[in-house]
Amino acid sequence: MWQLISGIFPYAILYTIPLLITALGGLFSERSGVVNIGLEGLMVMGMFSSAFTIIQLQSVVPNLALWIGLLAGMAAGMLFSLLHAFASINLSANQVISGTAINMMAGAITLFLARNITGSGNIRIQRGFTPNEVPVLSDIPILGKLFFTNAYVTTLVILLILVLSSFVLYKTPFGLRLRACGENPQAAEAAGINVRRMRYIGVLISGAFAALGGAVIIVTYSGEFNGSAAGLGFLALAALIFGQWRPFGVLGATFFFGFASTVANVSQVIPELKVIPPVILQTFPYVVTLIALIMFSKSSQAPRAAGEPFDSGKR
Amino acid sequence: MKNAVVSLLAVLFGLIAGALLMAVTGSNPVTGYTYLFEGGLKSIERIGNTLATATPLIFTGLSVAFAFRTGLFNIGASGQMLFGGFCATFVGLTLDLPKAILVPIVVVVGFVAGALWAFLPGLLKAKFNVHEVVSTIMLNWTAYWVVYNVVPAYLKGSYETESRPLPVNAQLRMGWLSDLFGGSYINLGIFLGVLAVIAIAYIIDRTTLGYEMKAVGFNRHAAEFAGMAVGRNIVLAMVISGGLAGLGGVAQYMGNAINIQIGHLPNQGFDGIAVALLGANNPYGVLLAAVFFGLLYSGRGYMNAMVGIPPEISDTIIAIIIYFAATSILIERLISRLLRKRREKRDANAESGGA
Amino acid sequence: MEHIVEMLGIRKEFPGIVANDNVTLQLRRGEIHALLGENGAGKSTLMGILFGMYQPDAGVIKIRGKETKISNPNVANDLGIGMVHQHFKLVHNFTVTENIILGNEPRKGLLYDTKSAGRRIAELSKQYGLNVDPDAKIEDISVGMQQRVEILKMLYREAEVLIFDEPTAVLTPQEIRDLMDIMKSLKAEGKSIILITHKLKEIKAVADRCTVIRRGKRIGTVDVAATSEAEMAKMMVGRDVSFTVDKAEIEAGETVLRIDSLTVLNNKKVPGLKSFSLEVRRGEIVGIAGVEGNGQTELVEALTGLRKPESGTIWFNGQDITRYPVRRRIESGIAHIPEDRQKRGLVLDYTVEENMILEVYYRQPYARRGLLQRKEIRGHAERIIRDFDVRAGEGAASKARSLSGGNQQKAIIGREVELDPLLLIAVQPTRGLDVGSIEYIHKRLVEQRNKGKAVLLVSLELDEILGLSDRIAVLNNGELIGIVSAAETNENEIGLMMAGIGKEAASR
Repeated sequence: MWQLISGIFPYAILYTIPLLITALGGLFSERSGVVNIGLEGLMVMGMFSSAFTIIQLQSVVPNLALWIGLLAGMAAGMLFSLLHAFASINLSANQVISGTAINMMAGAITLFLARNITGSGNIRIQRGFTPNEVPVLSDIPILGKLFFTNAYVTTLVILLILVLSSFVLYKTPFGLRLRACGENPQAAEAAGINVRRMRYIGVLISGAFAALGGAVIIVTYSGEFNGSAAGLGFLALAALIFGQWRPFGVLGATFFFGFASTVANVSQVIPELKVIPPVILQTFPYVVTLIALIMFSKSSQAPRAAGEPFDSGKR
Repeated sequence: MKNAVVSLLAVLFGLIAGALLMAVTGSNPVTGYTYLFEGGLKSIERIGNTLATATPLIFTGLSVAFAFRTGLFNIGASGQMLFGGFCATFVGLTLDLPKAILVPIVVVVGFVAGALWAFLPGLLKAKFNVHEVVSTIMLNWTAYWVVYNVVPAYLKGSYETESRPLPVNAQLRMGWLSDLFGGSYINLGIFLGVLAVIAIAYIIDRTTLGYEMKAVGFNRHAAEFAGMAVGRNIVLAMVISGGLAGLGGVAQYMGNAINIQIGHLPNQGFDGIAVALLGANNPYGVLLAAVFFGLLYSGRGYMNAMVGIPPEISDTIIAIIIYFAATSILIERLISRLLRKRREKRDANAESGGA
Repeated sequence: MEHIVEMLGIRKEFPGIVANDNVTLQLRRGEIHALLGENGAGKSTLMGILFGMYQPDAGVIKIRGKETKISNPNVANDLGIGMVHQHFKLVHNFTVTENIILGNEPRKGLLYDTKSAGRRIAELSKQYGLNVDPDAKIEDISVGMQQRVEILKMLYREAEVLIFDEPTAVLTPQEIRDLMDIMKSLKAEGKSIILITHKLKEIKAVADRCTVIRRGKRIGTVDVAATSEAEMAKMMVGRDVSFTVDKAEIEAGETVLRIDSLTVLNNKKVPGLKSFSLEVRRGEIVGIAGVEGNGQTELVEALTGLRKPESGTIWFNGQDITRYPVRRRIESGIAHIPEDRQKRGLVLDYTVEENMILEVYYRQPYARRGLLQRKEIRGHAERIIRDFDVRAGEGAASKARSLSGGNQQKAIIGREVELDPLLLIAVQPTRGLDVGSIEYIHKRLVEQRNKGKAVLLVSLELDEILGLSDRIAVLNNGELIGIVSAAETNENEIGLMMAGIGKEAASR
């Protein structure tokens, strides 16, 4: 049993991390008041840009290429999310539709460009990050074995971002103002806050984070862009709701999903789990989310103004 | 009227953007578009294929549009289409009956299965106010995995990844129809699609059911105030919407193709959102939009073969059209500014001329 | 005497309407200046400009003699101008302190500092007698206290000019008197106040001067002490206004509605209406008086079927309708003019004729076998438009959204009356309307009563209740305080009852 768990853990974390950063992006966007269901497309955008950048640079500066690829992914995500921001904030478009358009555009444009580059539409990088032992921390009994023996450096980066995000959201004036924009933008406006600018920032952060999520997939477990994020962007949305729009709640939710999906993937290889029909394990995250949605429906902590276009001066 | 103009302009802008994309990647937009449209229209066979390609889009477009009129976002048309098509295929592969009986049965099964798949999100929304965007997406992936597991286990065809081909009695294809269109895979689906358009239009405009649904969609508080059963309408709208998407699955997997593949969430589900938006949620608009998208999709293979432009250009053009349709206010402002300038000029002329 | 604020020749247009047309307002230092006008006259727009929420299309603003542009609320704050909004601008799940410092947070390094702010807020609260807890969450405190938080917001930012936008809608008569006292003490400390209101009594009680606005134009500025209420009303409306409603004495008939010990939970799962009992008879208007949020909403929703009661019964026309769904109650003869005409009363995106069948679309002759009968629907709507003086650009085919508030309300009333109900429940039927529409609606309500209908009138305007009702039931904190005959009571007595003091104590 212990072998099983400690074997699965690194994979669970691997799967969790991109989900986590993407969901955090969604958190910033929704906390500012803009619903962003285009997370899936933004992940794909990140996957494409990072893969593309990396293959250009990987022979020239092999170690740096991966990091530059991550940054390039984030930049591309931010730029692309501007489309959603402009539509939702300036043009008061329906945010669900705009987000869907983002998904469609990202999927289509990246595949189109990829085909022009490689013909098959797939972009494979030479090598990604290698997992390592974290010095000192890996000697901690139990936790060391679980978390710090097969760790990727990107995991550390993302967790750092998580802690920073929580700090910024709850302790800084910026975070206070951002949350106000998502709960009652009229009150924020009356307090002199530029709601539009805040929401732009929220959406741009979501673009950067979601794209980073996609890029991390490329440099850790996938290694190849193929035009799809396999629904992870949508799963991140579910995690956001499950985590009740709080950074550490989202951590719990994404880890739960990561663990469940990993178990589903390896179930056929593990004798104890082989008896469970695979379809149950595969649909487990989705069914559980549905149940969670029902449970949280009464006490939802969703930002009150999320999804409503901001009408300046409305009484 | 205004909606039609906005949609046409969105299409225009999308096509222009596509042209730019072609040019930027080193192809000639004129030849590109020529081959694209030829690919869909050049021969009677191609026209048939275009119509057939459009058929699932008609259904998913109607599905999304209908739900939208009641204020619901059915992002689950993909899963409902998959599940509807899957159940219909299952029945088609299992029952052995004469065609005139089997085909209507599988059509009904497809509708009911799709409707069932949308029932749960509808119920969750009505009873618990669970947002249908997330619940339908969850069910999309659930349908994906169900098909992924059941098809290889019970319906396996020559490969692990697809089902057996359907016997002729279960297919929507008709010999005379295919011959009429020069061997195309056009099938009964297109007729069903047109019928569905007319039926849905009738329901929305002329019936008390349509009146109730629109009222709930526009303002559920007022609907509640007036004594309408809001919850029941939400569920009913989702059910009908799901059923329509299920019919799209029947058209796709039992007409256009004659088997079902695993590991693939049908794109037409999301394209249905595009079709509904472009058609301004109006059934006849949906029909036109679906045919147009069908053209873009069916011609791209020819274009790719002739000038090497990646087929994803069609997806890109469609996505850009949607972006413009979603931000239609920009187009509306453009129109009203143009109209205002024209009016000002006319007033200025009148003053200087008349006085 | 210098002016601390001058708004000269202000013009502001919105699509289709000129909200402010060459308006001038001059506020003297240390005065309480009322801004009087009907609903929709342009008062809030003018103050929105002063507070930096809108920009004027033309005109000049001078603060302390210097011409300035107020481009956003921060600039207004820096100039010492603060505003208590009619609809509070508070974030529900933030604390009082967080709401007050929002946008202007004291820093401690990268963090915002709630401790020092909280101390200062507690001090200010004590200095002005506002009695507010800095650490309470907005969603947990009362409406009256929320308003005082808004006042504190202004004082925290050291505002010298305080704008109050219709502050008394949500207060009991006693709380209104407290607010007037707070305003006087603010004035004594050297603050200058603009009071936006349409309530003449309050102007008389506390204001020095009053500027009257009508349809976007400034009518004049008067010295309040030297001007009567009638004169101010005439300036506000443009003609002589009668304050009383013409109502003949008639005998009430049999009881049609009997409410028995009704208890209803509110959204917080706490009883909003407690063991309430009342009878309403044919040919009478029963008024429900009370400050907003004291159980009226729960009462009306339980009566109409929009909310299920915890316990108690409702008898209507001989039947126990306590568990009936909404539609069945409508079919039994209950009609409802809702509090919020745009939210509950109409489907704004439907046409007038589609709205007029909202409750009856499924019945003959409007539908046959599930199909709508266009001709009958149109005829029905045209009848209502004609009989109830509804002005709509394209008649029955106009979109409901395009009608003015007054005409929307008239259409709703027409629709409900056409149902020929036994009981007509009217909630805030004249909210936000101009005087002409108000008079018309009052007349129709009395007409229904004279025809032998039972009318239940729920209103926050005490004048309306006193003028229209035959009997008045007063709610406080969900409880029935007492039922009095309108002819035998006065505003003071009702006011005390609204504050929870029982009838015997009130008449002592």
